[in-house]
Amino acid sequence: MSVCPSMTMPKTLYEKLIDQHCVTRIDADHVLLYVDFHIMNEYTSPQAFAGLHSAARPVRRAGAHLAVIDHVNPTRPITDLSQIADSGGRLQIETLGQNCARHGIELFDLFDPRQGIEHVVVPENGFAWPGMVIACGDSHTTTYGAFGALAYGIGTSEIEHVLATQTLVYRVLAPMQVRIDGALPLGVSAKDIVMAFVKDVGAAGASGYAVEFTGSTVAALSVEARMTLCNMAVEAGARAALIAPDATVFNYLQGRPHAPKGADWEAACVDWQTLQSDPDARFAKTVTIDASTIAPLVTWGTSPDQSVPITGCVPEQADARALDYMGLHAGQQLTDITIDRAFIGSCTNARIEDLRRAATILRGRRVAGGVTALVVPGSKQVRAMAEDEGLDRIFKDAGFEWRGAGCSMCLAMNDDVIPEGERCASSTNRNFEGRQGRGARTHLMSPEMVAAAAVTGTLTDVRTMMDPAP
Amino acid sequence: MTPFQTVSGVAAPLPMANIDTDVIMPKQFLKRIDREGLAIGAFHDLRFDETGKPRPDFILNKLPYNAAKFLICGDNFGCGSSREYAVWGLQQLGIRAIIAPSIAGIFFGNCEKNGLLALTLPQPDIDHLMHCAMSGDTCMMVIDLNAQIIHTASKRISFDIPDARKQLLLSGADHVQQTLDQTDLIATFEADQADRRPWLWSRG
Repeated sequence: MSVCPSMTMPKTLYEKLIDQHCVTRIDADHVLLYVDFHIMNEYTSPQAFAGLHSAARPVRRAGAHLAVIDHVNPTRPITDLSQIADSGGRLQIETLGQNCARHGIELFDLFDPRQGIEHVVVPENGFAWPGMVIACGDSHTTTYGAFGALAYGIGTSEIEHVLATQTLVYRVLAPMQVRIDGALPLGVSAKDIVMAFVKDVGAAGASGYAVEFTGSTVAALSVEARMTLCNMAVEAGARAALIAPDATVFNYLQGRPHAPKGADWEAACVDWQTLQSDPDARFAKTVTIDASTIAPLVTWGTSPDQSVPITGCVPEQADARALDYMGLHAGQQLTDITIDRAFIGSCTNARIEDLRRAATILRGRRVAGGVTALVVPGSKQVRAMAEDEGLDRIFKDAGFEWRGAGCSMCLAMNDDVIPEGERCASSTNRNFEGRQGRGARTHLMSPEMVAAAAVTGTLTDVRTMMDPAP
Repeated sequence: MTPFQTVSGVAAPLPMANIDTDVIMPKQFLKRIDREGLAIGAFHDLRFDETGKPRPDFILNKLPYNAAKFLICGDNFGCGSSREYAVWGLQQLGIRAIIAPSIAGIFFGNCEKNGLLALTLPQPDIDHLMHCAMSGDTCMMVIDLNAQIIHTASKRISFDIPDARKQLLLSGADHVQQTLDQTDLIATFEADQADRRPWLWSRG
């Protein structure tokens, strides 16, 4: 009669992924977790390699790492690293190249046609698969949850740990279900869903949790939209975000350069079908969101959870420090706020579908006088695809600058910096004080909302610029 | 890393919620390949005005908080970017412990790996510590990690910490070496995974 409970206990997808990667249990809260794939950039990795070298340790599994230049590079065209004026950034780029050569790690350097933002490059080249554990020295690594991979950001000491051991000491989180049902209204996209989630639960509302997004709305999203959703879950404090992999994911992956091939592909697909939460699995917390009630959201403050629908006003009880920094007052109508800058880019919203939606708004329109507008495609491949489709012409004809790939003005580590006091409509993920430049004022929104604001010069409801649904 | 055993010093109050790592270590200090010279960057835009002059109103520029070893913080301290430069900068500023009702996940891990004690405590304990830190007369505290107690002028507050973390902090041991001591387990896992899920090994 009696069966071992651990064998029959229903499990969430998150718990299954932990089980599949647990090298050994350390204590009640921690496991030694195996890392299948690890991605590095030029700015959080140098000290990790230095630590490895000073202890004379080898890289355990060079084939399980990929390095990409994205954070500090300029987005204006250059042909040689010597043209980078910023010596610190140049040194970081050169150092990553030397470290990869020394250890036999694959690198997409600045002049590689596959270069771009790590979280755009990795999926488009088929490196991220369902069922993997993926780590990267960047908080937005949650992006790969869109594939059903347990993916999370780590610090530099942990990068060193992965390089040396291919594992991480990992604190197991509590599973949270975020169930999203209902049809997405016209003019509302995955960015608005995740901003609604962050607003609902707060900037620390998912701290200590691994989020699994479920429901009919999520099932209907493209893989790129799912990436946007998982990417920004970290702004609610979630250290992991997951979506159970399905045919949409398998179709996206099949045939990409680094996806499994042949018999490997067939066997993987069989295994990946099991990567779902069991019907009776218990979540520590469940949040529900009705997608049909979401309107395009815009942040008014300096934390990603400080947002309101574009039809609304700055809240009456708004945090005084945030209002002072943003140069706004309580009760102010959002659509009365004028902007100086428009930025479309970042690992949240610079994939081809993002550029297509923004271009739809910009076709036949012009950026308002006094607004500086910038598009930074997420990767060179996205840029080339957009040029094949003629999107670059739409952006340029509208008055946007059409740049090279990188993180750029999302965090302003390169020379794309917003001057003090200027206000930016931005398709990025963080509106922190000083994020886009000292004293710069950031309003987060979807790329189509950025396009609308660029055209009118004020925060604008993109729905007023769209043809009604047929 | 520097062991953390018993440390006494000034605790500074930073009650704002959601202090992110862009604020703790702004971007202009991240363009390097070593861990040095980051004290100047810690809370830079809060500590200094546009001309580089210290802002007299900022808590860490005031006596006795300019010598603070502990920060008593609001919710979600260290949210945002994974940059470990934030932890290195705080340590170079002399900070030994961060105490808050909640601390963001990546930042928490970064603290642990560098011997910066990161503690989350229930709100009533935070309220007491914050109250003590607010006054120059009561801001001295002692943290005894081995006994798991924070001593303030009027109270002893005990805290929980997993034993593995505690031992790592007390000894200042090399966290990579601790795992390398278990290389056999890792090799066994790898062989098993290559057998069960061979596609994960097609990249080498």
